[in-house]
Amino acid sequence: MPPDHNLDDYVDPYEPGHRHGGPLRVGLGGPVGSGKTALAAALCRTLGAEYDLAVVTNDIYTTEDADFLRRNAVLPDDRIEAVQTGCCPHTAIRDDITANLDAVELLESRHPGLELVLVESGGDNLTASFSYGLVDVQVFVVDVAGGDKVPRKGGPGVTSADLLVVNKTDLAPMVGADLGVMRRDSDAVRGGKPTFLISLREDPAATQVAEWVREQVRARAVAHA
Amino acid sequence: MTAALLALADSRLPAGGHTHSGGVEQAIAAGIVGDPRSLEGFLRRRLETSGAVAGGLAAAACRAVTEAEAVPDGGLARVLVALDAEADARTPSPALRAAARQQGRGLVRVGRRAWPHPVWDALPGHPHHPVALGVAAAAGDLTARDAAAAAAYLAITGPATAAQRLLAMDPITVATVTARLGPDVDAVAADALARTGQGGATATVSGDHRTEVTGAVSWAPAGAAVGTWLPADTDPLMDLLAEVHTARGDRYFAS
Repeated sequence: MPPDHNLDDYVDPYEPGHRHGGPLRVGLGGPVGSGKTALAAALCRTLGAEYDLAVVTNDIYTTEDADFLRRNAVLPDDRIEAVQTGCCPHTAIRDDITANLDAVELLESRHPGLELVLVESGGDNLTASFSYGLVDVQVFVVDVAGGDKVPRKGGPGVTSADLLVVNKTDLAPMVGADLGVMRRDSDAVRGGKPTFLISLREDPAATQVAEWVREQVRARAVAHA
Repeated sequence: MTAALLALADSRLPAGGHTHSGGVEQAIAAGIVGDPRSLEGFLRRRLETSGAVAGGLAAAACRAVTEAEAVPDGGLARVLVALDAEADARTPSPALRAAARQQGRGLVRVGRRAWPHPVWDALPGHPHHPVALGVAAAAGDLTARDAAAAAAYLAITGPATAAQRLLAMDPITVATVTARLGPDVDAVAADALARTGQGGATATVSGDHRTEVTGAVSWAPAGAAVGTWLPADTDPLMDLLAEVHTARGDRYFAS
């Protein structure tokens, strides 16, 4: 802090490096079972050939989701890092992001040409959100089977995420969920930010979400050109 | 004492401490900790070993910085490297060394932005947490006593919180256990501080290899390595718990 405490003139010599370059960091958050890992796997399959990409997982136990990604041969081992969250997955992505920053920086140092990092949160609840010190944009994933009231219940994930994904639309008839209600309620609380209603079972490539991620990568490239 | 000390000792300081259990996760798995009484015993044992070691290293690192004007060019960096090596020597378990460096890195990340100071650049990469803590204390205009107190206090609050989460213990009980250890924390910190000596700042640095840095600071007798008089109480139980823990695939905490 300079002597006059005038923050207008203050240039922080320690701005985080990722703001000035490095890969786009995309947070994937949402409640347990909504399809975060399935979405991460789909994005790896669809975008893996286009981008130099890696994934950070934040599981209850260390390696559940990381193992899933490995088993599905979506990514080589050295592109997946799992962090321990000390029983508090939410803390690790929002309040104290240290372990996740360590993991991202490790991946960046291992793969200097990295263009895209997906940070998958541990399954949490509707109040979960990522710190923008950790990610550049965030996707919140809910699912139809959780009930069509979820968008109306709101919470930072639903209202503020850069993209809301409502997964498992194929289950709507089985669980009596009204997709029209979910669409309307989402639009009402999201201030114009996009909401995609998808079914990863019917579209394992996550076509719409992948295209949105491409747009984010392009936008970032323009912003840092 | 200043607000900077409260910030350094606050578990909400985003330095990554919440992902470490200080051995308590494995102690619970091994049946060593299971209730407030056994938790208190575990915390006391940890305080008197790794807490004392951390307190000594933190206090020494803090003094090295605050008395750095008497150290020749490059001397401070060498003293800090030497203290980091002393931390290695006091930490036989590779898992615990890794955990200490991981937490040191996290503290440097937040500390160098929260308390800007040239000394951050003198630190070795990924320093042990206590060394980083001593530097953070100095950068925050605190004293070596503050640094020792924060190190000793953090040695018990991290595992206490982890035990609370893992065993769903009554948080008021855990706070009480921690508070009851307060006088012991103060005593450990005072002893650690005393071991750094009380002399004036007339330092000389000699030798190039880090293990040969001698007489680097005034409190170490001439010819003695920097850390000779610092606490060196290790605990084989903690080392074993850490090594068993790191091999597990079903752990919640990084250490």
